[in-house]
Parts: sequence; C-alpha cells; structure tokens
Amino acid sequence: MKYVRQFLIILLISLLGELLHHWIPLPVPASVYGIVLMFLALEWKIVPLPAVREVSRFLVALLQLTFIPAGVGLMTKWEILRPVAVPVLAVLFIVTFLVLFVAGRVTQALLRRGAGKEAEDG
Amino acid sequence: MAEFFRESACLGAFLSLGTFFLGEWMRKKWKLPFLNPLLIAIVLTIAVLSLLKIPYDTYMESAKYLQFFLTPCTVCLAVPLYEKFSLLKKNALAIGLGILAGTLASLVSILLLCLLFRLDHTMYVTLLPKSVTTAIAMGVSEELGGYPSLTVVGVLVTGITGNVFAAGACRLFRITDPIARGVGIGTAAHAIGTARAMEMGETEGAMGSLSIVVAGLLTVVGAALFAGLY
Repeated sequence: MKYVRQFLIILLISLLGELLHHWIPLPVPASVYGIVLMFLALEWKIVPLPAVREVSRFLVALLQLTFIPAGVGLMTKWEILRPVAVPVLAVLFIVTFLVLFVAGRVTQALLRRGAGKEAEDG
Repeated sequence: MAEFFRESACLGAFLSLGTFFLGEWMRKKWKLPFLNPLLIAIVLTIAVLSLLKIPYDTYMESAKYLQFFLTPCTVCLAVPLYEKFSLLKKNALAIGLGILAGTLASLVSILLLCLLFRLDHTMYVTLLPKSVTTAIAMGVSEELGGYPSLTVVGVLVTGITGNVFAAGACRLFRITDPIARGVGIGTAAHAIGTARAMEMGETEGAMGSLSIVVAGLLTVVGAALFAGLY
C-alpha cells in the first residue's frame, strides 16, 4: 500500500500539471508545471518527503527509458531532415557544447568569486 | 506476425528496455563514452524495426505505455531538487546568472549560425528553442511559425549529444564544480542531459532539474524576442 500511495501522490501532481497546461495558454508542458507543483508541495510540507521518497527514486531512475519512444521517432523525420541535415546537425552540436561551456563556466566563476562572502549573500 | 506486433501490448516496451539494457551492458564491458545506453537503445530499436519492416506507429502501439511515464518521471525530478534546495538558495545568484548566460548563448549562437549557414527564417525559428525540453520547444516553435516536428528532432539530437558527451565536455571545459556541471548540462541538454547528470551525482542532477525549468521558461520569452531579429 505504501508504494501505491506514493505513486498516487505523484500521479495526482502530474494530473494537476496537465490541468494547468490545459488552462494556461503558454507553451509550457504539464511536466514542467508538475516539477514546480511537486517542489512547492514538498517545500510547504503539503507532501512530506517520506510520502513520495521510494517511488520517486524509482521513477527518476526510469527517466532515460521514457525518451526511447520519442528518439525512435527520428526514423519518421528523416525525410524532412535530409536536405538540411548537415548545417542543422552542425548548429545542434555547436550550440549544445557552447551552451554547456557558457552556463557551466559562468556558474563556476560566480561560485568561486562568491565562495568567500557566501555567508552574507545568504 | 505483423498482426501480432500490432496487437502486442509489451513488444515496444520490451524492445526499448532490452536494447537499453544491452547498451548499459556494453558500456560496462568496454567503458567507451560514446557507448551511451540511450543512444544504443534508439539506434538498435530503429535497426530492429527497419529489419522486420515494422512501422513506427505499430511500435508506438505498445511503446506508448513506456512514454506514459515521461510526465510522472519528470515530475519526480522535483524530489532531488528539494533535497538540494539549501545548496541552491546559498548559490542562487551564480546559478541564476549561469542559466541566463547559457540561454542567451543558445539564442545568440543559433541566430549567428543560421545566418552563417544561410538557413531560412522558418528553419531559424524551428531551431531557436532547441536547447529546452521537448514540450516547451514544440510549443515555442509552433507559436513562432517553425516546423514543430523538426524542432523535436533538434531537441532530441541536442539531448542525446548532451547525454553522451556530458562527462567528457565537463572535463574538457574544466567544469569541476558539481553545481556548475548540473547547470551546464541542464541548460544545454534539458531532461535527456539531466538524466545523465543524475548518474554523475545528486547535486548535478538537482541543478540539472532546476535548469530545465528555468531555461525552459526563459526560452519562452527569449525566443519570442529573438524571432524578430532574422
């Protein structure tokens, strides 16, 4: 029953995420509303951590698997992609590495700069 | 046999998990970074479907049960985020500015590269939201008049690139701090990259989860502004 209850809470929050997605006319997916809702529920102690801990660990471990069906969908998009494949792939690769570099290095530089005075920054 | 494939409720999920498991086994055995389980699962599943001449829609009849878990699994990313929230609060400025810098780098570099490669406006707005999670990217692409189905390809290739090269790129770029690694991977390669960050460590995973949400929302606004530039 413990696991059923945990899964039920997670599904309820997913459902609320879908409801927000339905109501708010923004291109924001249900899963992103769901992350925010789950976080607020934990932070405000509406859902205590032990009430979702085990099942959420299990589902996070499953996350990569849920991308496989969409990834296999690449096989149906090949026709559209083929004529522009080279420049598009170049953009995709270059930008991915560049963003990782910029976001990672900016964060790291600011963390190191702030390391001395983090107490006052709170 | 074709009949069986269409009616089976387990085949797609079995094929997906089986190829992923094989990928995991290959990575453990040969320890090569490009042997990424997600990539291997996708490639092998496509290969099997092509060999057996099973259409994608037939595969999805059963694989949709696996895809159902996408939303609940993503929602659960909030749990490691919550567990690491004190770390986040203490470093909020560095993390926030890091995600903002990464999002801007994504939009600016896509603009410049599309100009460089002479890709047209439709292709430009198709690629513009490619660094963020599928559903946001698709919505933005549609809103701006791009090809949403091609945006999905862009998001997937981005995510898989991040997933495969995350650890190597962090080493190459000398990003050693776990917080900075998570922010870099999550901002560059959304949930698919974050799934890999989660394996690198809980802090990496939590910061990746945060970056998915923040970079996603920043991109909704940013892409709309950038769309008018080209």
